[in-house]
Amino acid sequence: MTAFLALLSRDIRLAARAGGGAMLALAFFAAVATLVPLGVGADLKLLARIAGGVLWVAAVLASLLALDRLFQADFEDGSLDVIALGPLSLEATCLAKIAAHWLTTGLPLTILSPLLAVLFDLPFAATAALFVSLLIGTPAVGAIGAIGAGLTVGVRRGGLILPLIVLPLLAPAVIFGAGAVLAVLDGLSNGALPLLAAFSFAAVLLSPFAAAAALRLNLAG
Amino acid sequence: MIALSSLDVEHLTGIRGGRVLFRGLDFRVAAGRALCIEGANGAGKTSLLRMLAGFLAPAAGTIRLRTKDAEVEDGEERGRFAGWLGHRDAVKPQMTVRETLHFFTRLYGSAGDVEAALETVGLARLAELPGQYLSAGQKKRVALARLALCARPLWLLDEPLASLDAAGKAVAAGLVAAHCATGGIAVVATHEPLEIACERLVLGPA
Repeated sequence: MTAFLALLSRDIRLAARAGGGAMLALAFFAAVATLVPLGVGADLKLLARIAGGVLWVAAVLASLLALDRLFQADFEDGSLDVIALGPLSLEATCLAKIAAHWLTTGLPLTILSPLLAVLFDLPFAATAALFVSLLIGTPAVGAIGAIGAGLTVGVRRGGLILPLIVLPLLAPAVIFGAGAVLAVLDGLSNGALPLLAAFSFAAVLLSPFAAAAALRLNLAG
Repeated sequence: MIALSSLDVEHLTGIRGGRVLFRGLDFRVAAGRALCIEGANGAGKTSLLRMLAGFLAPAAGTIRLRTKDAEVEDGEERGRFAGWLGHRDAVKPQMTVRETLHFFTRLYGSAGDVEAALETVGLARLAELPGQYLSAGQKKRVALARLALCARPLWLLDEPLASLDAAGKAVAAGLVAAHCATGGIAVVATHEPLEIACERLVLGPA
């Protein structure tokens, strides 16, 4: 447990420092979410309807920005070799890194989202649904992204391939997440959030194993 | 630190990118001994070390670690005995020397004394310096301190003397000698002679 916390706190510290990518992801999220209303124009009804989808897609893309360095920085400077030989299993290592990534990108994005929802004239109830959907859905983004990051760790400019691997797998999160916001707008009962929670839970549970397997392949190199 | 009694390698074959690096390699390193691996560029020194660490599966043959009452053959279990010093030094540009060493000490759950290790490798004055301002030789010293702190019985060192000055080389040799004196095993891939008593293994064309 000490080892897990050591890795978690180190990754959080690195993300918060210069070049860590946490602030970058947050700024990217805010920039995209600000540009869309400017582009779409002042049709408030339309803006409210697309808010869930736009903010969800922006959150996923912002998360991916920091994901390509999830293992690559440690791989390139040799830290990953030393971490892999440590007492933590590779699976636990992946889980710690996914957790650190979520705490430094997914969670701040979620906290920022109600503020950006104002730009879309999203009603309070729908904003609450957006907040909850991001809160339970963003862990899945980091977890599934970690599989892609593990696969591309040895690839030069792997960050360009990463979205191609990861984005199709994240379609359920975007569908359920944006769906939860739309359901509130339409006054329908909300079945999307439980599905999103189930998807997220399964992703966080299973992804560390897949990511660790991908890392094992690359450590042999 | 769990004491090892020996490292036994039998009929080891290494293949990289379809090319046979070595075939039928046999050697044994007893506790308290160091083995220096020599060989031309591309002879497979690094690949051999990565096999010993369990990163790379051998094409054939076995690698066995013997402790007093067990034999460890599985790659990942073997890795739990290994202290690794690769040609990349595992130094983060954004972390200070002291933070780096504290992190690895906590990660490895070791009781090592970071300040003493800094003193040993001659970095006490630079402890608050971020990794990005360190020279290649200073980074190597950080890696040596980390190795000593992590308290693993089997040291796998890939060119530990690279980019070190004369004093640094003496520090590296001293650490390896001290490790062996406490019953550890060291396997060192090197082009330069390490100034300690060691057996030699020359990797040649297969």
